[in-house]
Amino acid sequence: MATITYVEFNGTEHAVQVADGVSLMEGALGNGVPGIDGDCGGNAACATCHVYIDPAWEAKTGEKSELECDMLDLADGLQDNSRLACQIKASADLDGLIVRMPATQH
Amino acid sequence: MASQHTLSREEAPPQWPLPPRIRPALADHQPGTLTAYLQAAPLDEVDIADPLWWETDTHWTFFKRLRDEAPIHFTALNKERHRGYWSVTRWADIMAVDTNHQVFSSDAHLGGITLFDMDSDFIMPMFIAMDQPKHDVQRKAVNPIVSGQNLADFEGLIRSRTQEVLDGLPRGEVFDWVDKVSIELTSRMLATLFDFPQEHRRKLTYWSDIATADPEVPGNLQKEERQAVLLGMLQEFMGLWNERVNDPEPKGDLISMLAHNPATRNMPPMEFMGNLVLLIVGGNDTTRNSITGGLYFLNKNPAEYAKLRANPELIEPMVSEIIRYQTPLAHMRRTALEDTILGGQHIRKGDKVIMWYVSGNRDERAIENPDAFIIDRPRARQHMSFGFGIHRCVGNRLAELQLKILWEEIVKRFDTIEVVAEPERVPSAFVKGYKSLMVRIPA
Ligand code: HEM
Ligand code: FES
Repeated sequence: MATITYVEFNGTEHAVQVADGVSLMEGALGNGVPGIDGDCGGNAACATCHVYIDPAWEAKTGEKSELECDMLDLADGLQDNSRLACQIKASADLDGLIVRMPATQH
Repeated sequence: MASQHTLSREEAPPQWPLPPRIRPALADHQPGTLTAYLQAAPLDEVDIADPLWWETDTHWTFFKRLRDEAPIHFTALNKERHRGYWSVTRWADIMAVDTNHQVFSSDAHLGGITLFDMDSDFIMPMFIAMDQPKHDVQRKAVNPIVSGQNLADFEGLIRSRTQEVLDGLPRGEVFDWVDKVSIELTSRMLATLFDFPQEHRRKLTYWSDIATADPEVPGNLQKEERQAVLLGMLQEFMGLWNERVNDPEPKGDLISMLAHNPATRNMPPMEFMGNLVLLIVGGNDTTRNSITGGLYFLNKNPAEYAKLRANPELIEPMVSEIIRYQTPLAHMRRTALEDTILGGQHIRKGDKVIMWYVSGNRDERAIENPDAFIIDRPRARQHMSFGFGIHRCVGNRLAELQLKILWEEIVKRFDTIEVVAEPERVPSAFVKGYKSLMVRIPA
């Protein structure tokens, strides 16, 4: 279990509990956090779960797959700390993680 | 038995006209007769690419059988015409192909992205039919234009155009929704996006139709005529480009944006034009048929129509459900770049692989009660109609925005719009849509 804080583009914060093994995309959808769409259901295939990871946490969120890199590369608002939320699974290690959202998912 | 692989171009060089199509010998081509046939026919004796199944909307039975009995299935029937193709029909398998662009190519020179190969003597480069790395560069140039943020600026204009069209509709008389609303709105929208002269907007519709029309269908243009029309279109856009490229500042339209963007302004003309064609076709038929489909589905499902009237908040999930249920592009095609195994089948290098989104969107393994049209379906956004992976539709937000505004304005004005006859459908296994839908708005 991890407490994840999702920060909408307008600054609104949502701190929610996400069970171990559940992706941060599912964590948002399941808790009614707006700003993440998750159109492909978690296959790194739509990039509508684009988030920015607080730089202090990057090492703990794991490596990006080739597909994740390819999809992020085409996303609006790409930054060095961009990730697809569906590719990060919650665990005790990520307790306290803050993720921010881009202006829109596209 | 014929070999279970796509014929190479050497084995089956392009020929014109195509050899005659083998069709089931049936007493008639009524939907009932055709559906009964598809229920019982050996799978190998059906060529589901035949426009017959699409014009009559009878393909469903066959795809259900494929999903259950042969989820990765090779069709050799009519091989002389299409070189043979693999049908991929389950959600998960389609996802596997769509996300594996290293193995499954979109390249125009291998035939491109539709079941029938692009004419090899008339290739218009466009990024939908390119692989990495070029695809990525060109997509990035177009992408910001249709991003959510940029579209916010277009919202007011889309809404006022929509209001104008709806307010001009006749009351108490039967008219064609496709012509008066679906085409009218999409062509005005396209003309706005390109800052193309509004009085000539139907040209955009015409070009889009020509670009996707099957030359074989009686009444459609022949191959040479079609190419001439498209070249004429390229010329007209070139004129607009030349007018705008020297403006001190780019105006807000797509052509100006492309002409002034450092990433795109030096594109070779054919390539720039290819990408414009892509935007015209991509944004036209698909949205048009979603506009028509939505009204048809609500009429077929009066309880859902009642839900919508009671709660216009449901428009947002409804828009996604309409796009899933319609699946405006029935398939996308890839060509295997190497031998591979897919769902236990051996796909050989050069094989044509068809991702039938129209089937994936009805796959019981991925979507609950998939044959039902449910406007407040949970997770309605999780459909395949925009594809997945690096080629996923770049115009999806624009399409959703247009549909959302349309339905907001419809529910404000009309308590009901009645469909008075079954629609006439487009005979195509690619563009899944309607030629006409007769409706009446009570006086
Ligand atoms: C309901 C409406 C629409 C549907 C169902 C739809 C469907 C699709 C699909 C399935 C693809 C994937 C192609 C592939 O994987 O090979 C695609 C790509 C594309 N669409 Fe759409 N589309 C729609 C609206 C639009 C609009 C409004 C535009 C433009 C303004 C547009 C422009 C494009 C472009 C440029 C691509 C190529 C993307 C790439 O190759 O990276 N589409 N569309
Ligand atoms: S949900 Fe589609 S990429 Fe994450």
